[in-house]
Amino acid sequence: MDLTSQLLQKHKKRILEIWMQNQLADVMLRDDLMTNDELRRQSEELLEALARAVTSGNLDNIYSSDYEQITEILSDISITRARQGFSPRETGMFVLSLKQAINAVYEQELSDKPAELYREISTINKLLDNLSIITFETYIKGREEVILRQTDEINEISTPVIRVWEGILALPIIGTLDSARTQIVMENLLQEIVNTGSSIAILDISGVPAVDSLVAQHLIKTVSATRLMGAECIISGIRAEIAQTIVHLGIDLSNIKTKASLAHALQLAFSMRNVEVRKINRTPMSGLGR
Amino acid sequence: MIVLTKDTMQILREQDVVPFRNRVRELAVKIGMSLVNQTKLITAASELVRNMLRYANGGKVILEIISKSAQSGVRLTFVDEGPGIADVKQAMQDGFSTGRSLGLGLPGTKRLVNEFDIKSAPGQGTTVMIIHWKNGR
Repeated sequence: MDLTSQLLQKHKKRILEIWMQNQLADVMLRDDLMTNDELRRQSEELLEALARAVTSGNLDNIYSSDYEQITEILSDISITRARQGFSPRETGMFVLSLKQAINAVYEQELSDKPAELYREISTINKLLDNLSIITFETYIKGREEVILRQTDEINEISTPVIRVWEGILALPIIGTLDSARTQIVMENLLQEIVNTGSSIAILDISGVPAVDSLVAQHLIKTVSATRLMGAECIISGIRAEIAQTIVHLGIDLSNIKTKASLAHALQLAFSMRNVEVRKINRTPMSGLGR
Repeated sequence: MIVLTKDTMQILREQDVVPFRNRVRELAVKIGMSLVNQTKLITAASELVRNMLRYANGGKVILEIISKSAQSGVRLTFVDEGPGIADVKQAMQDGFSTGRSLGLGLPGTKRLVNEFDIKSAPGQGTTVMIIHWKNGR
């Protein structure tokens, strides 16, 4: 058993006390998010695991099996903390304050042997720095998982297909049309054409901030696919500035029906289906008379 | 010509396109560009940045606000270290594409902005510089 693990085993209790004192004295202590007993339990568990891991004599490679348990505990702690709303600093300080505690104990124990003190402190610092990197990695991973889930959710909800009338579908597109979005839009639209037996689809691009040649190409592809299914496609929501840009870019949309607003597109769709929307003059007798 | 502000953005993934476009919009709004000219500039920038991602796996963009004889404008310089373009003249023609796209990116961009300059050689990457003035002239 080398000196590092001897010291750690022998002074485990004292290290834990100092560590807990440090953590509780920290102005950033989040006793609103975690009780002090819970914090003590976590700290004790981690220190136990660390003391066990260093008995293997391996002090460099934290990716070996000796450290499996400790990385697991650390990952667990940081992921839960990320979800509980701890800041990165608060999560990182957990391991870093252990370093201070260990250093303080070593300093007392080895005060008369400066060479050994230096060696021990630098070994343990290196080890704990590596462990705190794990904390950060998993903390960020926890956050990223949240972002990825949200991205998926946005993709799902951002491409609704609305049945506005018998045989007429509307598809408001909001945000940038990249290849992945176009794929989802096209799939949803074609499926809905089959499901509802619709013959007209209105693609509304009012919510698309910029139409460059890639977006235009995706739109043209969607229109072609709709036509292959025997349905007609109208593109609406072409704003004045977008119209000018499309002309300058040289994109040919002349064989696609386009309209400035969804209302106009709907009107065109009605006339294509021989439906007429009219105002009627109600006579006082017909119910709602006031 | 005086450079008033200068900023650089790295474009490495498709996710960088939207923040980049927003940055361009900020600059255009800052100098008081009209909506039509804003849209032209943003669309041109979007074309070039997509080219950069598609053919050169990304690169960097230098964003500047410039001023020349009491007229302000936005200058964007797209620098990549991709394979370069063998025949620039051919690439500037409508409908020419090596990547199965519409082939309107480069010639269309040139029509959208006031000044356009491209330098490229095989193996030496591509640099495209565009300027759009506040009033679009």
